[in-house]
Parts: sequence; structure tokens; C-alpha cells
Amino acid sequence: MTETEARTALVELSGVSKHYGNVRALEGVSLEVHAGEITCVLGDNGAGKSTLIKIIAGLHQHDGGTLALDGEDTRLSSPREALDRGIATVYQDLAVVPLMPVWRNFFLGSEPRKGAGPFKRMDVDLMRRTTRAELLRMGIDLRDVDQPIGTLSGGERQCVAIARAVYFGAKVLVLDEPTAALGVKQSGVVLKYVAAARDQGLGVVLITHNPHHAYLVGDRFVLLKRGTMVGNHTRDSITLDELTRQMAGGNELDDLRHELQRG
Amino acid sequence: MSATDATTADERILQTSPLRKLLGRPELGSVVGAIAVFVFFAFAADSFLRASSISTVLYASSTIGIMAVPVALLMIGGEFDLSAGVMVTSSALVSSMFSYQMTANVWVGVGVSLLVTLAIGAFNGFMLTRTKLPSFIITLGTFLMLTGMNLGFTKLIDGTVSTKTIADMEGFPSARDVFASTITVGGVGFKITILWWLALVAVASWILLRTRAGNWIFAVGGNQEAARAVGVPVTKTKIGLYMGVAFGAWIAGQHLLFSYDVVQSGEGVGNELTYIIAAVIGGCLITGGYGSAVGSAVGAFIFGMTSKGIVFAEWNPDWFKFFLGAMLLLATLLNAWVRKRAEATK
Repeated sequence: MTETEARTALVELSGVSKHYGNVRALEGVSLEVHAGEITCVLGDNGAGKSTLIKIIAGLHQHDGGTLALDGEDTRLSSPREALDRGIATVYQDLAVVPLMPVWRNFFLGSEPRKGAGPFKRMDVDLMRRTTRAELLRMGIDLRDVDQPIGTLSGGERQCVAIARAVYFGAKVLVLDEPTAALGVKQSGVVLKYVAAARDQGLGVVLITHNPHHAYLVGDRFVLLKRGTMVGNHTRDSITLDELTRQMAGGNELDDLRHELQRG
Repeated sequence: MSATDATTADERILQTSPLRKLLGRPELGSVVGAIAVFVFFAFAADSFLRASSISTVLYASSTIGIMAVPVALLMIGGEFDLSAGVMVTSSALVSSMFSYQMTANVWVGVGVSLLVTLAIGAFNGFMLTRTKLPSFIITLGTFLMLTGMNLGFTKLIDGTVSTKTIADMEGFPSARDVFASTITVGGVGFKITILWWLALVAVASWILLRTRAGNWIFAVGGNQEAARAVGVPVTKTKIGLYMGVAFGAWIAGQHLLFSYDVVQSGEGVGNELTYIIAAVIGGCLITGGYGSAVGSAVGAFIFGMTSKGIVFAEWNPDWFKFFLGAMLLLATLLNAWVRKRAEATK
């Protein structure tokens, strides 16, 4: 981990803040994403996780602080620009069309074509083959790429979305609560693919409110609370217990325990 | 890991039985229905299996089918077009009146009609994508406006509800050959609309299954927001679909004009539902995202068989509507079941 410290981060936020009118959504948040590493952003509801994602994904612009991509100071103007710079975001409500086959979904919006003039057509063989191969590379064992994506489980769909982002050349993968709606087993499956993406050299931002999931795969942990950063740790500087305690509200939890005991 | 996975994956695919594959096809229900209707009338009406009867059935199917194909694509794209029926009449009227008033070659009128009809389609699509109102409302408006304009302009220009004959005008014979001729095969005459119909089915299937635009059509109908998020040009796709319906209306309208030589301006009202029903019977989901062009053709064929079969069986044609309603209910129930199966989470 020490050698990665020296490298330029793929994405580096320092002291970033964002205001909506007179509402402070984010204040002084710093975060680094390195190739082949997973940076976890933890926080309860309303902590500012979504705002942070939107800034990295190019949906919103930050008001203060700096956002650097590959060490270059940048301001992302649109999701398209973020995508072009290699930042792919997989949102919670996945961008898939349930009734369409997996392979059509995989390439939706970026279909490869062959032929010329009126006979210009999708390269269906290539699309089918690539979908199967890319999913296999992520360790996703799909029965049939022709099945509607809606017949896959939530975890599998999440994995297809991740594989898709990887295939289309993402360098940084931003995952918005990928395990939030999933059961224990499914969550494990998704985390495995997140790790697989990391092993392929991508930098991953994993947004979650589950410290156990975060600690399983994370290299860095950024804790948000009410729009401010309350912690920024590397893996070797914090234990799971400490992370859980801080995430659960730290001293507030102790107070709560105390209160409940008396009640 | 990948190597073993590849082999196990392949093994599992072999287990998908051909029957299951077949059950997954959107037009399956309609094909079964078509066979049932065919067998039924083959027994019920002695003359049903004669070549001339088949020709009549195919002709009736084709006039519906020419419109059912683009209407099905539009439905797969998640929208309706209630103006499709009267648009056919509008297209015929524009063609006829332009040629007559300008004393131009009828082909000029045919060309102007194409432009005007496509413009109406583009208007529908533009209004829909700009206002984001339901297509039901937008095209209901266009439907009413076109109905009024068809009658209003015809009375204003020709003084009656029908146009003047253009049979003696330059270009009429060749235009009739293209849009309304009869081709004799083995002593039986088949209307050329059957060819137009089959060609449209082929082109529409090609677009749906093999082109990028087809992928976009399924996507905008299946999950518009997701499609937009991955970069599908939703607006362009929808406007294109409405212009496709307009193109179908142009062919059907020119046929209407050149099969006779005058156009009744009040025609076409109610046909929009016929096209939609044919598409639904053919397996298109009314909510979009699922269906096929071939299915819409089978739906139109069921329509043609039922409407003519009742005549051949010498029954009261009033029963046609009953059959249609029953068929529509059955088809919709089957579709709902298909959708549940397709969307079910394992």
C-alpha cells in the first residue's frame, strides 16, 4: 500500500464542498481513488453520499475545493464528460431494460455495427460473444445471454452493470450502494465482482452504509456525517470494530445504549 | 476459473429446450390462434379453402397489416397513435386533391402526400417528446383535428364529401399499377398490397432484430429512463417511430385512392383501433418493450380470416365484433402471462 501512496490518484478530491442554496450538502470532503484499490464512502442517510457521487459522476459541480483526475485539476460539466474521462457510475436503480436480453442490454447505447449503407447492422455475434466473455471474465457464469435481464437476480444485474462499465473502458467505477437491496448471499456475490474489477486495475468508489461490507473489500474508508467528513482512514489504520463504531455514530451509540438500558 | 465456467455454461444452455425457446417468442400465441381460426373456418365454411377465398382473406389482411406493422413498432416503443386510421384518409385526400387542383401528374400528388403525411407523423412525435404528455392525449388531438380537416377541406375545395375523380389524369395507370394492381398467379388474382405488406414485415423485422435502431425501439419502450441514461437518443427514436406510422399511412392511403379514383373524406375513423388490436393479438405488450413485426402480421391475418370467414360461412357479419373481442381478451391474457414470466425474478 505504501508504493501506491506515491502514485498519482485517478481521482482526488480535496476539501470539496457543495451548497444547494443555503443548504450545506457537503463541506471539506477529501478522498483518493487509486488504480487497483477500493475507496469506501460510508455514511448514514443524509450524510452527503449521493451529493458526493453526483460530483464525481459529473451531474453536479462542486462549489469549493478541488477535483483532480490523474493529478489534473478538473471540473466535470456533464455525465458524458465523466464517462469520456473514464468514470463510470452504476446507480442503485440500474440502467437496464428488464424485458430485453442480457446481450442487448450490455451494449445498449453503444452497439457495435458492421456492413455498409442500408445493410449496416448490429454485429450480433460479436455482441453475444463479447457479453458472455466479459461476464465470464468477471466470474459471472450466465446460463444464457438471450434471457431477459429481468429474469436475473438483483445481484446478477448489478454484476452485469459492473461488467458493462469495465468493458467500455472505465478506469474508475463508482458504485452507489450496490448491496443495499440485496440479501446476505447476493451481497457477497456482488462484493466478489467489485473485488474482481479492482483486480483488473480499476479504481473503485464503493458507497455503502454497511461497514462490514466495506471492510471486506475496502482499502480506504471515508466517513461522512451530515455533509462533513468525520474520518478518512487507510485499511491498516483502522479496525472493523472501530469502523463500525464510528459508522454507527461513535459516542452517540454509547449514549443510546445507555439510554436503552435504563428504559 | 473461466475455462471450467465456459464449459458448464455451455452445458446448461443445451438444456434450454426448443419448446422453452418457442414459448419465449412474442408471436407464439398469435400463431396458435391463427391456426385455430384457420382450421375453424376451414370446417365451418366450404368455400374458405378455395384459392380465390384465400386471396380475398390475404387482401383484407394486407390492408390492415400495412398499418399494423408500424403501429406494432410504435407500440414496442411504448406509444400509441390514435390518428393512424384517419391519417390514411388524409394521405389519400392530399394526394388526390393536390393532383386535381394543380392539374399535375398524379405522381406529383403522391410525392406531396408522402411529405405531408410524414410531417403529420413528425408532428405527433415532436409534440409527444416536447410536451411529455401521454401519447393517448396527443394523438387523440391529432385524430380529431385530422377527422375535421379531412371533411372540412374536402367540402371547402370540392363542395361534397368525396374528391373528384382523377382516373383520367396523367400518371394514373402507372400509379394504380404500383398501389392497387392485381397480380395473377395460377389463375387467381392477388392484390399487390399483399406484397407491400410482406415487404413491410420483412423490413420492420430487420430493423427490430438486427439494427441499432431496433435495440433503441425496445429500450425506449421497455425503460425510457434507463435508455436515456446509457445514451440512447430517445426523442429521435420516438419521432422516427411516428414517422414510420405515417409512412404506412401513406402506402395505405395511396392504395385507397388508386383502388378507386375518388376518396370518401369520412373514412378511416375507427381503423386506428383495428391496427392496435392486430398488434396486440400479435403479441405486442400494450405497455411497450416487447413484441414483433411478424406477430402484427399474424394478428392482421387473424383479422382478415375472421372478417371474411364469417362471410364465407354465410353468417351474420355482426358476429365479427364478438369474435374480435374474444380474441383480443385471449391475446391480452396470454401476453400478461408472458410478461410475468419474462420479468419474474428467479
